Amino acid sequence: MDNALPAASAPAAVDLAFTVNGSPAKVAVDPRESLLDVLRERLDLTGTKKGCDHGQCGACTVHVDGRRVVSCLTAAVQVDGRAVTTIEGVEGPDGELHPLQQAFIDHDALQCGYCTPGQVMSGLACMAEGHTRDDAEIREYMSGNLCRCGAYAGIVAAIRETARRTGH
Amino acid sequence: MSQLSERPVEAVVGLPLPHESAALHVTGEALYTDDLVVRTRDVLHAWPVQSPYAHARIVDLQVKPAYDVPGVVRVLTSDDVPGVNDAGVKHDEPLFPDAEVMFHGHAICWVLGETLEAARLGAEAVQVEYEPLPSLVSVREAIAAGNFQGTGRHLERGDVETALTTAAHVFQGEFEFAGQEHFYLETHVALALVDEGGQIFVQSSSQHPSETQEIVAHVLGVASHAVTVQCLRMGGGFGGKEMQPHGFAAIAALGATLTGRPVRLRLNRTQDVTMSGKRHGFHSQWRAGFDDDGRLVALEATLTADGGWSLDLSEPVLARAMCHIDNAYWIPNVRVDGRIAKTNKTSQTAFRGFGGPQGMLVIENVLGRCAPLLGYDAMELRRRNLYQPGHTTPYGQPVRHAERLEACWSEVVRGGEVERRQAEIEQFNAIHPNTKRGLAMTPVKFGISFNLTAFNQAGALVHVYKDGSVLINHGGTEMGQGLHTKMLQVAATTLGVPLERVRLAPTRTDKVPNTSATAASSGADLNGAAIKNACEQIRERLAQVAGSRLGLHAHDVRFADGMVRGLQGGSLSWDDVVLAAYFQRVQLWAAGFYRTEGLHWDANAMQGEPFKYFAYGVAAAEVEVDGFTGAYTLRRVDIVHDVGDSLSPLIDLGQIEGGFVQGTGWLTLEDLRWDESDGPHRGRLATQAASTYKLPSFSEMPQVFNVHLLDKAHEDGAVYGSKAVGEPPLMLAFSVREALRQAAAAFGPVGTSVDLPSPATPEAVYWALDEARSAAPVPSSFSLSGV
Repeated sequence: MDNALPAASAPAAVDLAFTVNGSPAKVAVDPRESLLDVLRERLDLTGTKKGCDHGQCGACTVHVDGRRVVSCLTAAVQVDGRAVTTIEGVEGPDGELHPLQQAFIDHDALQCGYCTPGQVMSGLACMAEGHTRDDAEIREYMSGNLCRCGAYAGIVAAIRETARRTGH
Repeated sequence: MSQLSERPVEAVVGLPLPHESAALHVTGEALYTDDLVVRTRDVLHAWPVQSPYAHARIVDLQVKPAYDVPGVVRVLTSDDVPGVNDAGVKHDEPLFPDAEVMFHGHAICWVLGETLEAARLGAEAVQVEYEPLPSLVSVREAIAAGNFQGTGRHLERGDVETALTTAAHVFQGEFEFAGQEHFYLETHVALALVDEGGQIFVQSSSQHPSETQEIVAHVLGVASHAVTVQCLRMGGGFGGKEMQPHGFAAIAALGATLTGRPVRLRLNRTQDVTMSGKRHGFHSQWRAGFDDDGRLVALEATLTADGGWSLDLSEPVLARAMCHIDNAYWIPNVRVDGRIAKTNKTSQTAFRGFGGPQGMLVIENVLGRCAPLLGYDAMELRRRNLYQPGHTTPYGQPVRHAERLEACWSEVVRGGEVERRQAEIEQFNAIHPNTKRGLAMTPVKFGISFNLTAFNQAGALVHVYKDGSVLINHGGTEMGQGLHTKMLQVAATTLGVPLERVRLAPTRTDKVPNTSATAASSGADLNGAAIKNACEQIRERLAQVAGSRLGLHAHDVRFADGMVRGLQGGSLSWDDVVLAAYFQRVQLWAAGFYRTEGLHWDANAMQGEPFKYFAYGVAAAEVEVDGFTGAYTLRRVDIVHDVGDSLSPLIDLGQIEGGFVQGTGWLTLEDLRWDESDGPHRGRLATQAASTYKLPSFSEMPQVFNVHLLDKAHEDGAVYGSKAVGEPPLMLAFSVREALRQAAAAFGPVGTSVDLPSPATPEAVYWALDEARSAAPVPSSFSLSGV
């Protein structure tokens, strides 16, 4: 089919060293591998979800050095020496939920839950970036994250409330 | 109040609880099928070889070159099928097409590799020689060619011909509207293993594990008891995982049996969109008659569902469309013919509403087009045609609780300040030549139950352990709709224990057999009643134990909040009663069963009472349209919806909001485009990704979004007085489409009837308003030509 990828012989593996959720990770990767695949299939961090694999849905959002990226469009080799935070790294040291996670629960900001890790990671970034002045701004800066179940109202409410409570 | 619907005072149902897996979702701990792969050893990965033609004969298939690719372990073809080479229940859907490919993207064979990359390269190496054949891509082409499949249906009441001859006003038109891609964020996935003794275990993202089991069994040529299917949860289903997962599960299971290794089949997004079925687009032709008071006197329609290459669920989808062409309106004389076109496209399937939205869209389109021609405000025209108590549907079912339509309607008018805003909109439109607003209200009446009576049954398994903890299992699957949350609430209510004493085990075919699909909005009705039944059996046995301990008759003890209390005083803890029962050798578990009573349906005559009850709702939507571009904003939405006595209000509000958003997507944004040209890519779906297929996002949310549950809405025929909520709210989005039509009409002279395509994308709205702008005032009776 015309949308199949071209055949190619695998290039040599590249040694990659980075930090994931505060812990060092070393893995030999195919330079074509996405950060998403390395997280999910090599490091067993399955909280980050693959939705569209085209950077269009946001389900795979993680933070690299504190900034949000879609990990499906980030080559794993790009994070060499950098710090990656995934949904598994959001809870506090004793497993306590981040206020935004709790707000997602309280505001029923999810249904099937598949987009939720990406929504939380984007929501955290949205607050850190200061893009939570009003609902319109939250919507604008969350617009890269799709929720097919349509739990948008709850997500906006969760981010709005957390931003207010945590002084963002 | 029935025994089924009666709710105790201290009930866990009715509490606004978060989704049972919410804490797992926000931490990423919730497991979906593909998350199990890294927890499984020696997994093989599957990749399909897909057809580049909409229709072609397979002249030659050479799989040997794939085996030269390092890491390729096995190529699966039709020669490998020990049982029946079919992915469906109609035997018109070969799992491996060995003679003909029927749509662009059709999978011919599957390559299993040590890695996904090896499987991909293996699939690239497979050589297929095709002989392209003529294809029918659009529904119009199929109609012209007379290419239909399955059984056509006819629904009739009264004397349409006479009514149309004598009606004061008669209009006719043609209306074709698009389908919808499910775009569940989790694509189709199955992970199959072979246990000891050849027992097959398939984890599948399936709304219908029992049918997945049945089809895996027939493909493998084994009995159903040799196959177990489990669904932990789905990352969205929306109907797209009711029939469609079976073939993928069968491929994985076949691969596992042939290689002895676990096989993972997870479609990437492109594969999913190009291979799996979607909501049916329809073509409709209609004639409608009204009296001088704007009342519908007759409707004649021919509905043609675009079924795609095989039947799948097209027949019941068509039946539901025909049963919902009345939506919420009394039409004394009705004649509807339905048929299913066979086209060279994906096999279209269930999608939230299951044909209901398509049927209802036809009548809402009729009313939206005819209102200006009749000289009525569309809101007034709709309201005066609403069903009233005593009316029956065209298929002969009394419209019970029809007064709730008026109740929802008046509450939306009041709460939504509709009259004030209508006056404001009139003023706004008068002074803004290049921007217009529209406000529309539309009702929903949706029949609850599977049309096919036999499917309206469910089972459950409830265990009480010696320590008093409870484990429940039922036949329904969780796809985000909150079914498991509601089932936990039902069990806690019936047993009178705190919610935290109840846990729910994943849905598996070896726990509850012969289940129906989690579909038709009926998951909570059916499985809830089955769980209640199982819990009541246990509670009655425990009442005997507690009664003898308290010196009371078993009828005189009550279970609530972890205590068993005597009506005349005295109490025991739940845990003590359970332990005492164990030592008295009392059975502490039960299988529950439920079948919906009172249903009957003659599918050939299209007559009967197929639905237990109707769910009602009304929405008002206000839009603003830009006259230069057709771009629009959704300014405000007000909804009042009838969910009975809600089992779980937070869940239900989420379903209403989400359903509305998804319906708005179908009607205004989501534009499936197939290559209908004669070029080399004929039949290819041109909108294969979220970049070209616009899904509702944060940006399209209504600026003001008010959703309320209808008060005093007890439903006697369902568990704890509740009503189904999964599908009906999707159709509240008709209000957005009709508001856009009215805003577009406001660019033209009074009385302009706007022909609005569906989806009403900004581009479509632009062309509609542009036509309105150049329109001359219209006569009171004429023929409407369609899109």
